Amino acid sequence: MNLMMLLEMASSGFGERVAVQNAADALSYADLFRAAGRAANRVQETGATRLAVLDVSSLAIPIGLFASAWAGVPFVPLNYRLTGDELERLLGEITPAVLITDPERKATLAHLPGLTVMTREEFIGHATADGPDHSGEWPMDPEEIAILLYTSGTTGAPKAAVLRHKHLVSYILGSVEFMSADERAAGLVCVPPYHIAGMAAIASSVYSGRRIVQLANFSPTDWLDLARKEKITNAFVVPTMLARIIEALDDSDAGDLPDLQAISYGGGKMPLALIERALKLFPDTNFTNAYGLTETSSTVTVLGPDDHRVAAASEDPEVRRRLVSVGRALPTLEIEIRDENGKALGPGESGEIYVRGEQVSGEYLSKGSMLEADGWFPTRDGGSLDAEGYLFLEGRVDDVIVRGGENLSPGEIEDVLLTHASVADAAVVGIPDEQWGEAVAAVIVLHGAVAGGGGIAAEPDLIGELQQWVKDRLRSSRTPQRIEFVPELPYNETGKLLRRVVRAQLVEAS
Amino acid sequence: MELKAGGRIRSAVCATEVMVILAPQGEVDLTCGGAAMLPLGTEPDGATIADDAKGGTQIGKRYVNEAGDLELLCTKPGDGSLQLGGADLTIKGAKPLPSSD
Repeated sequence: MNLMMLLEMASSGFGERVAVQNAADALSYADLFRAAGRAANRVQETGATRLAVLDVSSLAIPIGLFASAWAGVPFVPLNYRLTGDELERLLGEITPAVLITDPERKATLAHLPGLTVMTREEFIGHATADGPDHSGEWPMDPEEIAILLYTSGTTGAPKAAVLRHKHLVSYILGSVEFMSADERAAGLVCVPPYHIAGMAAIASSVYSGRRIVQLANFSPTDWLDLARKEKITNAFVVPTMLARIIEALDDSDAGDLPDLQAISYGGGKMPLALIERALKLFPDTNFTNAYGLTETSSTVTVLGPDDHRVAAASEDPEVRRRLVSVGRALPTLEIEIRDENGKALGPGESGEIYVRGEQVSGEYLSKGSMLEADGWFPTRDGGSLDAEGYLFLEGRVDDVIVRGGENLSPGEIEDVLLTHASVADAAVVGIPDEQWGEAVAAVIVLHGAVAGGGGIAAEPDLIGELQQWVKDRLRSSRTPQRIEFVPELPYNETGKLLRRVVRAQLVEAS
Repeated sequence: MELKAGGRIRSAVCATEVMVILAPQGEVDLTCGGAAMLPLGTEPDGATIADDAKGGTQIGKRYVNEAGDLELLCTKPGDGSLQLGGADLTIKGAKPLPSSD
């Protein structure tokens, strides 16, 4: 079992179709197959045990992913925002390696021991040049590592998740039908290559025969221009991207997106108001919400287009609520909610989400496997299932605020704050408290706040009003004891709220 | 032969190659084009395709037996048909999932 099998099938099934496109450059499936082989040869000649990329999306990403699989070395897409000591430490962990990067970085990193540094152009140029093809076989051991992916580290230092060929191939075979994409199908991929969604997009597009159109740096106007120009049919976005696309659509009169058949989203919490707005704005587009983790080879639950339509049209609050759920488990996976003692919980009860299935890795480079003996993976995400198996996320288990022995979910309090007319964004965290152990604190962005602007003086009337707002809708224990106003909240580039930054700022300020 | 999930095997009489998705334990009588299938990398001995097993295989399709304990993914198509104990394997219907990435 090897990712190369997927590309080999695509190359022999529909080799002449365009596999991937970046601005004016494109590769067919047959081209990509050949380029992967030539690049694998190059990697093997250097004696590298990893192929790493420190760069934005380009043709080098799919070539590199499959070349690694062919050469039998892990592919390591690194966050191109990393700099200095942190970057050198990560590079030190993965040598001897081939590193693909931009010319400026090549100049500064080439001296590091154990690294063979190539620019993106050198790598792609060699892979697509005339010359001998790779004649060897790829390793067939399903236990070989396909990808090492450093997770975002919203709660601590980044750690490398280990994804083996068996996990990724199981995910694709379980969720994608071979050659199921229409010949005109084109997917706009704007998530960075170091995100699991970026890796999953390559593997599932290749197996379905859907052309990948890369957008290296997201901006809403570039996204809209490219979607129209390339007649994009499918797109994956994180919620903050969707919000900015809709904002840009409001500001322009360039017309709609007639070819856009499907938008899938994930990677962060989708606000109810935003998805309702999107459904109205794109009534003919199929929306899919996908929830997954790096450690589970991407998607584990989906809220499909029909779920969205039924929920949006329903008068039944139980059904309507599903619009903010992440849907139901893929047929190849099991999901369970457990309490802190590991006891399985019933519908409607909140606890930690556990997942089990062939695509689930749950393994880190230095820490080993986090799977339980019977294969269940504790995700550290909190949530609950309803009676029909729809999963509702309730934030990271580690973010739960323990106030006087009571467990409080920050997400629940944030949701209530966000329904107040003055509140544009809100983050709730626990801060140390002598009396209660932890106290509830809220950091709020008001409508009209200017990002990058200075601190905003607390308005005593509004603080009291917001505290009462929460108290009236939830229990008094959930009422924020402290409320601060800020111009913007800290998010990482894929839209995840950085709670540890919020917490640190609050603790520092007091 | 004995089958193992994830293993790849080939036809002895045509171009068909499959990957095992699900297999029953122990020895199975799996044929393609009427001849016993071989592990990938084994050269066929020149046997020819049987007249009653010329249905062919299609790339990307999953082939299952009636009992539901054998499932093969065709990774290379060929002219022979897949059979278990002489009974044709059938193409498993696709259950489409919305694309999530």
